This record gives sequence, structure tokens and C-alpha cells, in this order.
Amino acid sequence: MAKKVLMKGNEAIGEAAIHAGCQCFFGYPITPQTEIAAYMARRMPQVGRVFLQAESEVAAINMVYGAAGAGVRVMTSSSSPGISLKSEGISYIAGAELPCVIVNIVRGGPGLGGIQPAQSDYFQATKGGGHGDYRMVVYAPSSVQELVDLVQEAFDVADQYRNPVMIMGDGMLGQMMEPVEFKERQTTRNLPEKTWAANGLRGRKIHNVINSLYLKPEELEAHNKKLQQKYAEIEKNEVKYELYNLENEVDIVIVSYGTLARICKNAIKMLEKEGIKVGLIRPITLWPYPKKAFDEVMDKVKLGFISIEMNEGQMVEDVKLSVNGRKPVFFYGRSGGMVPTPAEIVNKIKEIVGGAK
Amino acid sequence: MAIVFERPKALLDVPTHYCPGCTHGIIHRLVAEVIDELGILDKTIGVAPVGCSVLAYDYFACDMYEAAHGRAPAVATGIKRAVPDSIVFTYQGDGDLAAIGTAEIVHAAARGEKITTIFVNNAIYGMTGGQMAPTTLPGQVTETSPYGRDVNTAGYPIRVSEMIATLDGAVYVERVSVDSVPNIIKAKKAIKKAFELQMQGKGFTMVEVLSICPTNWGLSPNEAIKWLRENMIPYYPLGVKKDITAGEVK
Repeated sequence: MAKKVLMKGNEAIGEAAIHAGCQCFFGYPITPQTEIAAYMARRMPQVGRVFLQAESEVAAINMVYGAAGAGVRVMTSSSSPGISLKSEGISYIAGAELPCVIVNIVRGGPGLGGIQPAQSDYFQATKGGGHGDYRMVVYAPSSVQELVDLVQEAFDVADQYRNPVMIMGDGMLGQMMEPVEFKERQTTRNLPEKTWAANGLRGRKIHNVINSLYLKPEELEAHNKKLQQKYAEIEKNEVKYELYNLENEVDIVIVSYGTLARICKNAIKMLEKEGIKVGLIRPITLWPYPKKAFDEVMDKVKLGFISIEMNEGQMVEDVKLSVNGRKPVFFYGRSGGMVPTPAEIVNKIKEIVGGAK
Repeated sequence: MAIVFERPKALLDVPTHYCPGCTHGIIHRLVAEVIDELGILDKTIGVAPVGCSVLAYDYFACDMYEAAHGRAPAVATGIKRAVPDSIVFTYQGDGDLAAIGTAEIVHAAARGEKITTIFVNNAIYGMTGGQMAPTTLPGQVTETSPYGRDVNTAGYPIRVSEMIATLDGAVYVERVSVDSVPNIIKAKKAIKKAFELQMQGKGFTMVEVLSICPTNWGLSPNEAIKWLRENMIPYYPLGVKKDITAGEVK
């Protein structure tokens, strides 16, 4: 077993990417993720790989497009306003079917917003921040160890499906220090050779072209259908979630992800002492969304589900789609960098449970 | 019978989509001839822009990318950093490079990226049907400057080569034209030199090529050539703007 080290989330992202064979990192400073770029600036040259600080987030994501198209593992990182700028490039990357990993350490919005933790980019990440019919796998880790494991998984998933993959955290996860282990891992996935890469003919007879332009409507529709098939495959194979305190019947189920899900677990323990039984569905993939988790627990739920988020109500829409009218769905959210406390969550749930009794 | 003229190996045998009289075909051919002559087809990677030459990836036989509007120098940077032994060129028009893509071209040049940019300047947006470009001349009539470019409201054309030449990372910048046979020969020499300096790892190289757009200028090809000579060359003087090898003994 590898040694455990104490590491900040943002730096752990960098080290995990290096372990996963990331050859190029293109970044741009923005709070609260700048430590990722600083870590990569220090570490990548030590391992003979590429770190480059781009002139903008727009340039950085297009450098990712260039390197990913040439067949190397590549990552970029940013925070909310920067991800908005990258969204054009992400759409092109999805259209051209290039594998890459994009990190979003989310801060509050809209606009320049603030720099405190938030989950207000849920729509942007899961419903397509850029234009066109595309999907991106989105992981939402809740601890530094899970962050490390998912960064490594993200590179494999990106390569397997030729698709961009996002790691979405917040400033809490990026700044907190936790013991972490970098496991020596061999992928169990059957990763295809990148025969499509445009890295020079080098004896190949037919040129490879990295492109997302299809001027004939029939061809663009066929391309879109092919993408949809791939997305269906991802939905079938790649859903990840955690069920907590759901072995037996509960009064209500919290749905929450990332660092906030940990706060919810504390609230659940506090409520337990007061005789209120609460379970937790913690989506680990925000897309594909863990709809089947809801089917699994539906019979155990008395009152319904509550989506708890650090925004004004985004994931709650997917909770409603997953519950599909079978039970009531409630919402509690704080935004702008305000983080719900366990006491607040306890009060909100007592309010719902009390009202129902 | 000896073959004295044929399609360069770096160009594919496909029909062209360019308008009659357009000089993109000549410029494509010059780049392809240079790739052939330098024997680098196997490791050359080209990046097409958004604009008239968006489909350049259909014509060049080397590996190709199609980039987002203006972003070709950033894409080329990613390619070159990922595959350092490749020869990377961008092929960009004046709307792509001198308007939406100014940040990318300036910083690729400033970083001294070991890439070559072929910058085709025809003083207009061609693909979208003839709108004012950053390079449109004062007084020039386009769809979006119907009374002629008024410098009081639309500002002045950008002399990109002169601007890029001020950057330390740029090692070779030349403006050429394809309006005559002697100038076409000079243009090819410039493109070849730019590729050679990239191969030597010297830094960023760019060749700006003054080009015509008979369709959107509303002129016959012959009239367009005359217009380029009489209007564009005086505003955009031809010649070497930067050459760090100047004075080196060969």
C-alpha cells in the first residue's frame, strides 16, 4: 500500500493527474483553483512534461483541444467564470470527440460573483455550458481521497469514450487538507488505441482530421445520433453514487453532493438522536445522473426527498425528474458562498417532518 | 514525356470550393510545395481557421485540425507542445487572425511558439459575404461599411505584420503578395524560410500574404489584382518585417 500524505485538495488534483499520465497542463490563474496551476508549474517540468500558462481560459481550452487531438492525456482547470470562457472550447472538444479532463473549482455567481464555495454551476456542467447537443461526464467528489481517485478515473473514462470529463469541486475541497493515498492502479478498462489522433502521418496513408464541422445536415444529424448512442452507453455504464443510512425505512431522504453531502451526514446524525430517520443519496456522477438510486430507495421513503444545494435550486430539477411524481420533493439551498450548517439542515428537515405529522 | 508540373504530394486530389479567381488556391499550393520540398509531409500538422479556408483540412494531405474562430494559434500551441518534433502551421484569414483571434496570435508570437502562421489578408470577411474586417482599408465599401470605412467610427486597419514584428518571440515576419509571378515566387521563398526556421527551433514565424477577393470586392479577378496593387500594397508595404537571421553568414 502506498504511503498516505497530507495534501491540499487543489494540489492533490495535480498529483493525481500526473499519476494518471497527464502529459500536458494548460492553465490560467483564477481563485479558488490557482494552486492547481502553481503545483503543475512546479511538478510537470520535474517529470519531463508540459506546463503552460495560457493568455486566457479561451486559449487554455484550445490548447487542450490541440494536445488532446494529438493523442496525449491533457488537463486544464479553472473556476466558474473561467469555465464560462472555456465553454466554447468544450463544445468543440465534445463535437470533435476528444478526451480530456477539465477541473471546475466552483465559486458563487452569476457574473464575477464571489470566491467562496458554491454549487451554482450545476446547470452549466450537466446541461451543457456550451452550444449544441453534447454531454460531458461530471464527477463531484466529496473528499480529497475521492478527488484523487476520480481524477485518475476521469482520464480513463475520457479515453474510453473519447469525451471531455469534468471534475467539479468547490473552494472547500480545493483548500482543505486531508490524508490521501495515491494508489498504484492499473485500469481494468479496455482503452482503445488512439488511431484517430492527428500527430503527424508518420507512415500512415490517410490523414487524420480533428474537426467538429459537418456542413451537410444529414451528416451532422448522423454525427449527433452517434454521439447520443455514446451518451446512452455512458449512462448505462458510468453512473456512480453513494447511499447512506438507507438500509432501513426512513422519514426523508436528502439528496446532496460534494462537500455539502458531508455536512448533510452530520445533520443526519443529529436528527437520528431526535428520532428522525434520514437517508442520503449522494450523486458522485452529476451526469450521468443516478436516477436508479431513487428507484432503489423509493419503497423505504415515508415523506419524500429534499435536495440540499449551495445554489438557488438546480439539481432539484433532476431530483424531480428522477422521482417522477412518486413522492414530494423539497428543496433547501444557500448561495453566494454561504454554506448550510448542520443546524440549519436539521431545522429545515424538522419543519418538513413536523408539518407532515 | 517528362512531367514538368504536377499536384504537390501535400495537396489532395479533390475539387476546390474557392470562388473563381480567388488566390487561396495559389497560397495552398505554395504551402504544399514547401512541405514537399522540405520532405516534412510525414510530421506536418496544419490548423485550419473559421472563414473561407475553413475547409483547408480537405485539401492538405498532412494531419489537420479545424479550430474555433481565431483560436488556431492556441490549438497549434497545444499540438506543438504535445508533439514537439512535429511541424505545425496555422492557415488563417484576416477576420480570424486580426479580429477575434488577436489575443491568440499575439501571445503565440510573444511566447515564441515554434509554429508557422500563414496569414491571408484580403481586407474583408469572405465566408460570411463581404463584411468589414480589421484590415479593411479606410473608405472601402463592404456590407457593414456601406458608406465606406469611416475611421472616425470604425477605426483604422491593423498592420498585423508590423505589430507582430515588435515581439521578441517572433523570429521571422514577412509580408508578401500573390498578385504577380515574381511576387508569387517571393511568397514561396518566404513561406519556405518560415518553415525552415521553425524546423531549426528558432521561434515564431509568420508570413502575411496579400490576397484578393473578387467575389466580395465586386471586381473581376483582373480588376481585383489591380485594386490590390493600387490600394492594399501602399497601406500594407511588402517586405521582411523581422528576421533574426538577417546578417548571418550562410
